[in-house]
Amino acid sequence: MAAAAAVRSSMGLTLRLSRAIPDCSSCPLNRLKSCGVNPQSRGSFESFRTMNRHLQTSIGLCHSEEGSSNAEDPEDVVNVVYIDRSGQRIPVKAKVGDNVLYLAHKHGIDLEGACEASLACSTCHVYVNAEHFDKLPDPAEREDDMLDMAPMLQENSRLGCQIILTPELDGIELTLPKITRNFYVDGHVPKPH
Amino acid sequence: MFIAMECIALPDLALRGRMKLKHGVRFSSCTPKVCIVGSGPAGFYTAQHLLKVNPTHQNVHVDIYERLPVPFGLVRFGVAPDHPEVKNVINTFTQTAKHSRCRFYGNVNVGKDVSVGELKQAYHAVVLSYGAEGNRSMGVPGEGLAGVYSAKDFVGWYNGHPSCRELNPDLNCETAVILGQGNVALDVARVLLSPIDILKKTDITQPALEALVRSQIRRVLIVGRRGPVQVACTIKELREMVNLPGTKSEMVEADFDGVTEALKDLPRPRKRLTELLLKTALDTPGDKEQQRRHQASRTWGFRFFRSPSEVLADADGNKTVGIRLAVTRLEGSGEGARAVLTGEVEDVTCGLVISSIGYKSHPIDPSVPFDTRRAVIPNTMGRVKQATGLYCSGWLKTGPTGVIATTMNNSFDTARSLVEDMESEALDLSSVKTGSEVISALLEERGVKSVSFSDWEKIDSVEMSRGEASGKTRTWSRRETILLL
Repeated sequence: MAAAAAVRSSMGLTLRLSRAIPDCSSCPLNRLKSCGVNPQSRGSFESFRTMNRHLQTSIGLCHSEEGSSNAEDPEDVVNVVYIDRSGQRIPVKAKVGDNVLYLAHKHGIDLEGACEASLACSTCHVYVNAEHFDKLPDPAEREDDMLDMAPMLQENSRLGCQIILTPELDGIELTLPKITRNFYVDGHVPKPH
Repeated sequence: MFIAMECIALPDLALRGRMKLKHGVRFSSCTPKVCIVGSGPAGFYTAQHLLKVNPTHQNVHVDIYERLPVPFGLVRFGVAPDHPEVKNVINTFTQTAKHSRCRFYGNVNVGKDVSVGELKQAYHAVVLSYGAEGNRSMGVPGEGLAGVYSAKDFVGWYNGHPSCRELNPDLNCETAVILGQGNVALDVARVLLSPIDILKKTDITQPALEALVRSQIRRVLIVGRRGPVQVACTIKELREMVNLPGTKSEMVEADFDGVTEALKDLPRPRKRLTELLLKTALDTPGDKEQQRRHQASRTWGFRFFRSPSEVLADADGNKTVGIRLAVTRLEGSGEGARAVLTGEVEDVTCGLVISSIGYKSHPIDPSVPFDTRRAVIPNTMGRVKQATGLYCSGWLKTGPTGVIATTMNNSFDTARSLVEDMESEALDLSSVKTGSEVISALLEERGVKSVSFSDWEKIDSVEMSRGEASGKTRTWSRRETILLL
């Protein structure tokens, strides 16, 4: 949602101003060791830590969202196609390092991110096309745990907030799961909460 | 230009929508006004979707009514204090609330301060998404004894719900028994056994934190009437228990007979969960784990095939000293397995009993159909049966289970039904509705003071600054304080 993206940018500014320490543990950039934030410089944040409040920041804040997908360098370009819930194909020109969830927001695609990339929900659930699914690094255990709660889980399901674009993902297609219209009609079993 | 008679009756032209000329067919439609009852995830996700659409070329206006003076429902009061990331969704809801076509009215009790019938007159459509504020009772003798609480109240107590402030549970016993094995049960177990160092960094209420510092509880049993393959919790919460510092698990090996064999047929989520459960219960620990267990001062465990039959009182008949559990066995297998009594019983000594066997919705207005057996509003895809202009979303629609993602889908689904009805004219948009104008006047007449979203933002910043002053994220306001602000 564009509105949510606006909140995130303004939140990002607030958090940067307040020097909040990012929670790197849920960020795929950290796992892939492709985080641009210098671990040394994080130490300088210590003295400005917001009182007793370990803010659960979204990974979009570590990753620079300014200087977005207006890729200058053609080698940096990653072509992505989102297929929305009505089946419409939406091609997007992204760049290496972009996060699939925030990229969707930037382009007004209806991919929800309730927990803001903290691996605490499954609302950014997407299906990845077969050709590119295997090119993604395996999900962390925490992502698998949250995927288990996603309605209409498939073999090629992933959480959008954990997909970071690399050059080999050029051409990736991400399909938003259709919202089932069959509550209780098809013998649906209530999910845990 | 021809103008529909209903619309011309009103003097204020600005209230009416634009006239549309479409393929030579003239039709009129007025600004759709929708009212949503309940400001938890269901209410907000339904609102979010409605604000996005443009049916009949008119933007929808949404008013959200909430019984409490503060918004967000279970996201504020139900999510465990050590799961703050789950509460991030409040940012999305805040954006929705501040949308120019959305209004929030807190401290309005629909069914008491204003009726659903009055809302239906004032709005084109009413969406009921007030969730499940009650809980299922065990229905056993002794349920009313001191020391027995519903998980809903216990959670409300440590989460700052205004009506649970005075719970003052007595934690001066060694063993607590929780009935039910869903995520709420695990949240309660985890809060009871978490190291204080962890809890004090969360936004758990101060009285709860102090009570837990003094707590004597060292052992928590989480009891279910069926078996390991039927536990209702999810893997994230189970992992948190398994990894909880300072604790070790104790399970009954015999409870897991046949479970390993059943694994291969299970769907992925259930399979992963069961594998973790088996590993926790049956694996021989390595040296490091042995040491960790040796040093653990607190224990927790699942007990399967047990159903509460009576809470046992002390000699004076006032306090809880134990619980009598009926032994069950399973008939059938998988999700559909049923627990059947065997006639045997087992008594467990304990001083705290928490029943976590499900939330429950209540009917709030006699004019709205209600299925008392399932405790939901009968509906088809969110359209309330045998009613027009009435919809429901969230737990009230499908029953009280489901995570944020499920509720989100559920609510978008209802919103889509509503929009379809606007476009197909199954919902009558031909007459102007004045929405909150009429309702606000009624409320004022009745002495009800509603709380706006900007009022809430003031409360929010006061709570947080008071919290900061005492080294916490926020303090939790009394209802009276909120209304004075």
